[in-house]
Amino acid sequence: MNITYNLPAIGTQLVLGAGVILVLLADLLTGKKNRDVAYQTTLTVLVLAGIICVMKWGSAGAGFGGQVFGDGFASFFNLAFLAIAFLVVFNSPNYLKRNEIDHGEYYMLILIAVLGMTFMSSAGDLLIFFLGLETMSISLYVLAGFHKSRARSNESSLKYLLLGAFFTGFLLYGIALIYGQVGSTNLADITSYLAGSANPLGGYMGVGLALLLVGLLFKMAVVPFHFWSPDVYDGAPTPVTAFMSAAPKAAAFAAALRIFYDPAISLGLPWDKTLWIAAALTITLGNFAALAQSSIKRMLAYSSITHAGYLMIGLAAGNELGASGMLYYLFTYGFMNVGAFTIAWLVNRRGEGNYLLSDFAQLGSRNPVMALLMSIFMLSLTGIPPLAGFFGKLYVFSAGVKAGLIWLVVIAVLNSVVSVFYYLRVMVIMYMREEEGLKDLEKAPTVAITAILCGLVILLLGLFPGPLLDLARESVLSLL
Amino acid sequence: MNVLEPYMDLILSVVYLVGVLMFLTIFALLAVWLERKVSAHLQDRLGPMMTGGWHGWSQTIADALKLILKEDIIPAVADRKLFRLAPYLVFIGSLAGFAVLPFAHNLIGSDINIGVYYVIAITSLVVIGILMAGWASNNKWALYGAMRAAAQMVSYEIPVALSLLIPVLMAGTMSMQTIVQNQAGGFWNWYVFQSIPFSLVAFVIYFWASLAEVNRTPFDIPEAESELVAGFHVEYSGMRFAVFFLAEYGNMFVVSAIAATVFLGGWHAPFTFLDFIPGPIWFIGKSMGLVLVQLWLRWTLPRLRVDQLMHVCWKIFLPFSFANLLLVGLWVVLKG
Amino acid sequence: MEAIFFIILSIIIIFSSMMVILKKNPIASVLFLILALFSTAAMYVMLMAPFIAAIQIIVYAGAIMVLFLFVIMLLNLKKINEGGAVTLKILGVIVAGLMMVVTAVVLRSVAIPADSGFLRSSPEGFGTVENVGMTLFTTYLLPFEIASFLLLAAIIGAVVLAKKKL
Repeated sequence: MNITYNLPAIGTQLVLGAGVILVLLADLLTGKKNRDVAYQTTLTVLVLAGIICVMKWGSAGAGFGGQVFGDGFASFFNLAFLAIAFLVVFNSPNYLKRNEIDHGEYYMLILIAVLGMTFMSSAGDLLIFFLGLETMSISLYVLAGFHKSRARSNESSLKYLLLGAFFTGFLLYGIALIYGQVGSTNLADITSYLAGSANPLGGYMGVGLALLLVGLLFKMAVVPFHFWSPDVYDGAPTPVTAFMSAAPKAAAFAAALRIFYDPAISLGLPWDKTLWIAAALTITLGNFAALAQSSIKRMLAYSSITHAGYLMIGLAAGNELGASGMLYYLFTYGFMNVGAFTIAWLVNRRGEGNYLLSDFAQLGSRNPVMALLMSIFMLSLTGIPPLAGFFGKLYVFSAGVKAGLIWLVVIAVLNSVVSVFYYLRVMVIMYMREEEGLKDLEKAPTVAITAILCGLVILLLGLFPGPLLDLARESVLSLL
Repeated sequence: MNVLEPYMDLILSVVYLVGVLMFLTIFALLAVWLERKVSAHLQDRLGPMMTGGWHGWSQTIADALKLILKEDIIPAVADRKLFRLAPYLVFIGSLAGFAVLPFAHNLIGSDINIGVYYVIAITSLVVIGILMAGWASNNKWALYGAMRAAAQMVSYEIPVALSLLIPVLMAGTMSMQTIVQNQAGGFWNWYVFQSIPFSLVAFVIYFWASLAEVNRTPFDIPEAESELVAGFHVEYSGMRFAVFFLAEYGNMFVVSAIAATVFLGGWHAPFTFLDFIPGPIWFIGKSMGLVLVQLWLRWTLPRLRVDQLMHVCWKIFLPFSFANLLLVGLWVVLKG
Repeated sequence: MEAIFFIILSIIIIFSSMMVILKKNPIASVLFLILALFSTAAMYVMLMAPFIAAIQIIVYAGAIMVLFLFVIMLLNLKKINEGGAVTLKILGVIVAGLMMVVTAVVLRSVAIPADSGFLRSSPEGFGTVENVGMTLFTTYLLPFEIASFLLLAAIIGAVVLAKKKL
């Protein structure tokens, strides 16, 4: 019964948990008209959690008898979640006020979602992983439907909830079977069971792991479990979409690395074939669907499916370079997506929920700074050299080559070439298309700051990828 | 005898069940008569005097016989299967509660180690039965009554459970028999007088909330004669109605008996020198006392509105129960 | 004796679960679901976990299912829209059939190793209130606390989505 709790291992989570309660109380006490206190408290909590995360970077060790880890891997992802959440929250009031959905619960739900993600990235036990995933998902279901008066937002929430619940069933069934086979949900126990067993996938272990993988693939929106994501991303309030396309995906990949990275290498389980096919399908399908979109939100949604496919290469490669490449990729991808979605809703014509690509017409002359930033995001998503997106792809692809997945990498590179078309189309529209009746953008300082920050991060990480990659490598090493 | 040896448990169970059934019937007859007399006297009348002998004591027996002999009507548009099933479900829910009531130190159906939780769990059958009855009747008054009953019972289950947890915390067990044994030696050892004022508050909350659980005034809005005719059982007649009636009075006894068990010392006498009187008498006496209070309240208080009912539950009983639970936990820890 | 109970309960659970899907009347479906949940609770009792069994009845059969019934009665669904073309139904049958074949093949090939957790017997006093409470608040303290945040998110979320004016 004796168990060392080692609270520093969950320092970030403790700050976030306290923050959730604090935001709830602050919003309750400061009245209905004014959401500023909730907003400011949320930002403060996120910064504080970030400070704790950096201070305790990788040094906290295991907590609660190996149920959570405060290692470098967890710290890396936690910092990514916090940064993404900070950027999203920072520019949210503008959108929320404009759409008259300015409620304090929004901030609290984002905080709880981040709390869930941090538990996913630091889970040393399938139980913690599952609870973290559910905490995140339930907040996201609600956030997706936060724009209650819009039918699309409701549709988005409902689709996400129903499919999410369905796949949670798979996930939980998988965990139950693994527990039945191993007699423990602890990852360390499962690993040692796999290592010590003559037939590691015998019994219900293989089925259990497969079901677990299916549940994770759903959260990553990987083909064939991707079908929810365009509708959900399209219908959700745009800041939420920005958040959803970046952070939960990173959390799902973090959990996948936690669970599958170690056993997969040491035992050579036949995951790579499954992952190979899933990755190839995901990249191709996402890409060709994105080509046909006329809405920027849907295009970005399909593009995020494609990127999940690229990330899958790292997972399929299963080597250290692949894993650290994924970390780098996910970190930078979050900034690109948040930046792109932020500009998308600023550019979007007021009162329309369609987010047409044609809204971007003449942005080059209407607002050169925003146009430039949007170009940076698009080029980075394409993977053009001096930007961060390029190095992410480079590392993941080279890991694939190293692991002998030559054909998969070839497919991915070819698809990257195809993707140039739809990413550059945005730029073409911004600088070359003429269209009547477009107004100047409204002044939104927080949005501008967010976009500029994202752009800077992408440029800097693109010009100097070394430090972040080293950090990613170090984090991955802490995983073993 | 040796042949029966392996089946002894089964036989004893059946005997006990028959005993409980007889007890329940007699209690219901008595309670109906009491209800008539108490209501009459509260209203400065005499109640039944002419028919049925001394103070109309046998009138309820005649009533029961009449119900049994009457034609059994099932409405044409009712869902026949559910309509038939519902009263028995309610009755089973009520009867199953008797299984863990400790009538005496050696007289209990089954002293399972989750006795208190068992009671809370098994009452959910009643809710389902009531909802079934209301829906199957295909009558809007019945449906209204059933919905009100379900909303009310599901809500009030929470304060009931939280208040029942307080004696559980103090006793450190959920077994009914052990909880009673812990209250031995005079009425000051009863849990209601321990850890004043917390357990007293818990007792009061339990008693009020249990009134709502059994749909008694002032929480009788599911039956509300003046608005819903008779609520969920408006379409029932004859024997089925009698079963509902029996279940309702059975529930009244069960909730009172649980209160007597966990708060009022169960089968213990209030003073140790009164121990020569057998346990069942004390137990049934205490329970009957609480049943009388229920009757008294029914003829004294007006009925609450639905919104008031919910307000009382969620905004008054629930926070108080939570605070109470925390404080008792503290009390138990400090007491060591 | 135990095996007989297990088989009876299993038959009840499987039968009622199937009826949940097959019944056209939603009220009947919910009632069969309640039966399935009650039988599952009985299974828990057989697994020496009476506390979990009681919780199962209180939470599922007692509260959640009553809310199900409640909502269905409020909506007053008399007829379910049959919906979906015939081709879809045929497709559904084919997919479900294939799924069953695959599952059957997988499960038939399964041989449970002797060292697996399935065959471990539970320790003394395994499912009692004391033991459940003890493990919940020591070993599984962290999952317990995360679950409370999960429920907080769910409560707030339900209020956000359901309340007309926040």
